[in-house]
Amino acid sequence: MSELHTLIGKPWRKPSFIKRPWLRWALMLGFAAYLIAAYMTIDVNWSRVYEGLERGKKFILAFTSPDFTTRSSDIYAGMVESIIMTIASSVVGIAISIPIALGAARNIAPLPIYLICRSIIAISRALQEIIVAILLVAIFGFGPLAGFLTLSFATIGFLSKLLAEGIESMDKVQAEAIKASGARWTQWINYGVQPQVMPRLIGLSIYRLDINFRESAILGLVGAGGIGATLNTAFDRYEYDTAAAILMIIILIVMALEYLSGVIRARVQ
Amino acid sequence: MLRLEKLVKTYKTGDQALKAVELNVPEGQVLALIGPSGAGKSTLIRCINRLVEPTSGRIYLGDVELTGLSQGNLRRERRRMGMIFQEYALVERLSVMENVLSGRLGYVGFWRSFLRRFPQKDVDEAFRLLDRVGLAHMADKRADELSGGQRQRVGICRALIQNPALLLVDEPTASLDPKTSRQIMRLICELCKERGLAAIINIHDVALAQMFVQRVIGLRFGAVEFDGPPDGLTPDVLTTIYGEEDWEATIAPVDEDEVEAAE
Repeated sequence: MSELHTLIGKPWRKPSFIKRPWLRWALMLGFAAYLIAAYMTIDVNWSRVYEGLERGKKFILAFTSPDFTTRSSDIYAGMVESIIMTIASSVVGIAISIPIALGAARNIAPLPIYLICRSIIAISRALQEIIVAILLVAIFGFGPLAGFLTLSFATIGFLSKLLAEGIESMDKVQAEAIKASGARWTQWINYGVQPQVMPRLIGLSIYRLDINFRESAILGLVGAGGIGATLNTAFDRYEYDTAAAILMIIILIVMALEYLSGVIRARVQ
Repeated sequence: MLRLEKLVKTYKTGDQALKAVELNVPEGQVLALIGPSGAGKSTLIRCINRLVEPTSGRIYLGDVELTGLSQGNLRRERRRMGMIFQEYALVERLSVMENVLSGRLGYVGFWRSFLRRFPQKDVDEAFRLLDRVGLAHMADKRADELSGGQRQRVGICRALIQNPALLLVDEPTASLDPKTSRQIMRLICELCKERGLAAIINIHDVALAQMFVQRVIGLRFGAVEFDGPPDGLTPDVLTTIYGEEDWEATIAPVDEDEVEAAE
């Protein structure tokens, strides 16, 4: 009662995340000082920027007159190659990802398998697509095969990790109920785990398809085939209008995929 | 039919959930397991079908010792133990029929279950059970479209289609309204009688337990404090199980009309 008396009339504030005031202030001042110091190191050559603006303008203006016709056969061939690369690498990557994701979920896999699968994921995620592509182009030569392998490899790291997290956060009791019926392991996965993670798997797969398509446009820059190769050539020849046409097609396809993913995810909820 | 000998469960955290529990359940007996939260009721039930691995002690189902069975043999024995869960534990994105048929998983091969091609007699039995609990028309609905009481009925069908010898029932009425709770308890006890099943029912509601079961076990801090008929639950006994409280209202014979009026 007397304790309450001392509390009444005092303002209340949410306790600070960092309890010690000196540490809190030191961190805030340190951050501000770093921000200022970092800003001062940026070296901008303003006359160069002024010249560059002209080139940037040309590039952007090219979008008002995109040239689909002059290189239409190149664009078409590159686009088909990219789409084939995207679909093939997504299918293969996802197929490999699913067993790895099962192994990388701590709640269903024993420790040794968990560690192996997590290592595979870590390796796949640590190696950036461009680096893998350069390596694979060196091994397999220029062309879409290197791109396909790169994207499959990248898909494994992405999809396995996120799917494994989906499995780890599933409802344990539903899976327990299936186990209690005397189901074998494969049946348990099929009835107790799969229905719970299916919407997530489908959502992630479509998202990865989308990423793979965009990546396929980049990988061409290092010689791994696809529309990126066509785009690179257009830039090298300063054919900004052709490049603009290619970029517009890429944007359209990504938007279409985005729309498609929305429709499909609404259906499978 | 079910026999527990010195069953001990110690969790990794060091908490001793069960302290040398001894229990003998004869064929066809329905017993209620009561006790405060954390007394080890859920752990006890889950130790029997080894969803929770007991630390020591033995469990016999008939002549088979369940403790120490290999994974394959354990699966075979789990078929003889149907389990009904708190919050139903239906796989929500599967249909009612798939949920019921999942009780047969221990009997059919992987590909049959994967392609949902269950033997005709399993499908017939599923319809018979669903009809018995009044849900035959719901077979192709998805489980998450059902109300709480309906879900628990599906859960009961899933347990019974295993053709078990024993039902393990974990808080079947915890999230149901008073009337549905009674209906579910009545249904479980009727079905046990029809089929001559033994059942262990974890339950918080002492009055509800008294209404339906033949025997009550009181658990406190992982040890059996009371073992007797339902009318042996005097205020003194409840005090030893749960601690000091005024028990008169809890165990006074509940009048049907009174509950009806209260709803």
